[in-house]
Amino acid sequence: MRAPLVPPHDTPPAVPRHETLTTPTPPADSPTGELILEATGVVKTYGAVTALRDASLAVRPGEVHALLGANGAGKSTLVKILTGAIHPDAGRILVRGTERQVHSPAEARKNGLISVYQEPALIPDLDVRANLRLTDTPVELFLDWVARLGVDRLGLNDMVGDLPLAILRIMDLARALALEPDVVLLDEMTAALPADLAENVLKTVGEQRESGRSVIFISHRLLEVNALCDRATVLRDGETVGVVDMGPGAEEQIVELMLGPSTDDEQDIHARVAVTTDDLEPAGVPRLSLRNLAAGTKLEDVSFELHAGEVLGLIALEGQGQDELFGILSGARHPSAGTLAIDGEEVSFRHPADAIDKGLVYVPGDRVEALLPQRSVRENIALPYNARLRRWGPIRMGREKGMVDTAIERLQIDTRSAGEVQRLSGGNQQKVTIARWIAGGVDTLLCFDPTRGIDIRTKRQIYHLLRELADAGSAVLLYTSELEEVQLACDRAVVIFGGKVVDTFPAEIADEPTLMRAAYGLSRETAEVGI
Amino acid sequence: MTAVTSALGSADGGSSNAAAKRFIRRNGWVLTLWALLGAMFVFTKIIQPDYGMAAATILVLAALPYAFATAGQSMAIIAGGIDLSMAAMMTLLSVSAAALMEGQGEEFGIVAVALVLLLGLGVGAVNGLSVVITRVPDIVVTLAFFFIWEGAALMILDSPGGAASTWLKDLIIGSVGADFIPTEISKFLPKALILLVVALGVVWIPLRRSKLGLSMYAIGSDKLAAHRSGVAVSRTKVASYAFAGLFAAMGGLVLTMNTGIGTPVQGPYLMASVAAAVLGGVALTGGRGGLVGPIVAVFILRLARQDLTLMSVDPNVAQVVEGLIMVAVVLVGATVALRGRRS
Repeated sequence: MRAPLVPPHDTPPAVPRHETLTTPTPPADSPTGELILEATGVVKTYGAVTALRDASLAVRPGEVHALLGANGAGKSTLVKILTGAIHPDAGRILVRGTERQVHSPAEARKNGLISVYQEPALIPDLDVRANLRLTDTPVELFLDWVARLGVDRLGLNDMVGDLPLAILRIMDLARALALEPDVVLLDEMTAALPADLAENVLKTVGEQRESGRSVIFISHRLLEVNALCDRATVLRDGETVGVVDMGPGAEEQIVELMLGPSTDDEQDIHARVAVTTDDLEPAGVPRLSLRNLAAGTKLEDVSFELHAGEVLGLIALEGQGQDELFGILSGARHPSAGTLAIDGEEVSFRHPADAIDKGLVYVPGDRVEALLPQRSVRENIALPYNARLRRWGPIRMGREKGMVDTAIERLQIDTRSAGEVQRLSGGNQQKVTIARWIAGGVDTLLCFDPTRGIDIRTKRQIYHLLRELADAGSAVLLYTSELEEVQLACDRAVVIFGGKVVDTFPAEIADEPTLMRAAYGLSRETAEVGI
Repeated sequence: MTAVTSALGSADGGSSNAAAKRFIRRNGWVLTLWALLGAMFVFTKIIQPDYGMAAATILVLAALPYAFATAGQSMAIIAGGIDLSMAAMMTLLSVSAAALMEGQGEEFGIVAVALVLLLGLGVGAVNGLSVVITRVPDIVVTLAFFFIWEGAALMILDSPGGAASTWLKDLIIGSVGADFIPTEISKFLPKALILLVVALGVVWIPLRRSKLGLSMYAIGSDKLAAHRSGVAVSRTKVASYAFAGLFAAMGGLVLTMNTGIGTPVQGPYLMASVAAAVLGGVALTGGRGGLVGPIVAVFILRLARQDLTLMSVDPNVAQVVEGLIMVAVVLVGATVALRGRRS
C-alpha cells in the first residue's frame, strides 16, 4: 500500500532524473523548500580502491528517501560519511543548506541525523534504562515509540544482552525516534524482524512524513521500498546513477540502474530456476526424515522429509521453532522428543562434527558465526575439509588450492581485496560460507536465511548455486525470511507455525500471499477463500 | 554489578519482590563472595580460637594497598583495557609522596597528598592517552609504562627514603577514636577500613551514577555500539586510565603511610590486582563488574594468605594453594552463572 506522497497540486512532472534534485517539492511546513540534507560530489578512496567516485544524495524535508545499490556500490561508505564515521576525500555535506563537517556520530546527532544500524548500537552489558541515559533519550517518549512499534513487556531493567535481536532493533529505532531527529537513517531496518514487527516499522516510518521529518531508508527488499518511499537514489560503482520517483514499475527501473547495462544474462535466472520445479514428486528413501521432533519451549512437533535432488523451503515467522530445528539438525542441540533419520537410518548427534560426518552441513544466517574473520578466504574455504581429516598432520596444500580455486570460481567470489575474510563485503562473505562446503562436496545443505541483507545479484547467484547443488544430487533445506525465494529457488515449501508444521506447498502455488497466510497459522482453505 | 546499580535499577522496578529477585540475580556473584568471606572468618576462628579484632585490623592494613591497586585495575578493565603499569605507578607515586614530605612541616602533608593524587590522575591519563593515540593494544602500551614509571621512581629516590607526615601515618593505625562512639563499637572500626571505604566511595559512587561511568561500561562492553551511541570513546578511555592512576595514587600514599618512607621497589600488586578484579566479577573482556566484588575478593585472598600462615604452611606451598583457590572459586562461579543462564 502506498501512502499519498505529495500534495496533488504540485506533483513533480516526469523530469530527467538529475533534474529532480533541483526541483524539490516543498511540503507545507517548509515554505523555502530547501533540502534538509544534501551531499554532493562525495569521493572516498582507500589506497588504490575507489569506494565512492561521485556520490550525491538530496533529501527533502518530510520524505522517505531510499538509498539503493548492489553490494560494493558504495552505500555503506556514503552512510559512514554522512554519520561521521569516516571523512570524505572530497565533496560537500550540507545540512539545511549550511555546509557541515561531520566528525563523529555524536556530531551527526547534533546536526539532527541519527542512524539505526544493522547491528543495534546498544550496550549489551547495560540495562535498557542505562542505555537510554547514555544517549540522553527521554524515557517516556522511548516507551511510547516502543509500544507504537508493537513491542510490549519491555522492562527498563532488562539487560540488553539478554534480549533477542528483533527487540533490540525495535529498541534502537524507538530510541532514535524518541530523540526526534530531522533525518533518521535506517539500514536494512526490516531485516531480522518478524513480519508483524516489520509491518509496524514500515507504518511508523511512513508516519514520520506527517511531522516533516525525513527518513533515509536502505533496504534490499524492493517491494517494500516502493511501497514506502517517495524517491530513491541509486548508487552503482561508487557513483549516483539516478534518482527515481517511486510509483508503479519503479522496481524495474531501480533494478536496471543497480545492475547497469548488459544484464540480460542475469535477468533470465528466474526462468532457469523455475524450470526444475516440474520434477516428479520425490520418491524413494528420503535423505533426511524428521519424525515428531520437539525441543525447548518453541519446537513442538515437526515432521517432514527432505529428498536428494530437491531444494525444500522452510517458512516461519520469527521464533516459531526454526532456530531449535536447525540446532538439532546441525548437531548443536538435542531434541527432547522425536527422531531424526538419514537415508532411513536413525541417528543421534552429540556434536556438530557428528552431523558433518553424516553429510549434514549447516550454513548459519549469522556469517560471523561461521567464518574466521581474520583468516584468509582460502583458509576459510578449506577449513571444513581440513577439519574433516580429523588428524593434526600436515595439510596437503596442492589439493587444498585446487579445491579452493574451483569453489571461488564457481561462486564468483570477489577476492580483489583478498586476504582477510572480514574485508569482504557481506554478500561475498556469505558466499564464502557456502563455498567452503561446496569445495569438499556436500550431501545435505542446511541454509538458514543465507540471503539476508545482501544484494540482488548475489542472491541470484546463491539461488542458482542451490539449484545446481540439488541437480547434482544434494538435498538442500532453505529457511528463508523472504517469501518470494520459495518460487525463485525451491521445489517445495514447508510452513511452520507455533512449533508445528502447518502446511506443505509445491513451489508452483507457493506465492507470497499463500505462504504469508500459512505462516500466520491460517489454514489453506481460508487462504483459498481469501483469494 | 554493584549494589549501587541495583539500588538505581530497582528504584521504580515494580513490586519489591521482583526487585529483590533482580538484586539477587544481578549481584549473585558479589553475594557469594561475601558469604565466602564470612565462611572464611568462621574457619579462621575455628583454627585459631583467639583470632580477634587485632588480627583483623592487621588484615585490613595488609589488604589496603592491594585494595587500591585492584580498584584501579578494575577501572581499566571495565572500560575494556588493562593496566600493567599499576604496581609501577604505585611505586612512583609512593616515592613522590615520601620525597615531597621529607623535611617539610606537618601541614604540608595535605598539599603533598593533593599533589600526589593529581599526579596519579596525570600519570594515568598519560597511560590512557598513549593507548588512544598510538592505537597500540593496551597491554603493550601499559607494559611499556611499567618500565617507564619504574625508572621514574628510581630517578626520584634511588634507595628507600623520604618521610611522611605523622598525622598521615596515624590515619591508618588503630581504630576510630571519637567520643560519641562507644569503644564497644569503635574497636570494630579499624581506621584503615574506614579510609578504604571513604576513599573508594567518594570516587566510585558518584562516578558509577554519572554519565562518564556509564560511558566507561559502554566502551568496555561494545566499543562500536558506544561510538554509534555518541559516546566519546577515546576521551572515556583516557578518563578510565586517569581514574586507575588516581587509585594508584591512593595505593602509593597508603604504602608511604604504612612504612613512613618511600621504597622504589615494586610490590606484588600487579598480578594480585588482576587476580582480585577477575575473582571479584570484573570480566577481562570489559563492561562487566563493579568495585565491591573485587574489594571483597582482595580480602578473601589476603585472609587465605593469613590462614595459611596460621596453619604454618610452607610459604611456597601457600602460594600454590592461593592460586588453586582462585581457580576453584572462579570455576565454581562460572558454573553457577552458566546454570543460572540455562534455567
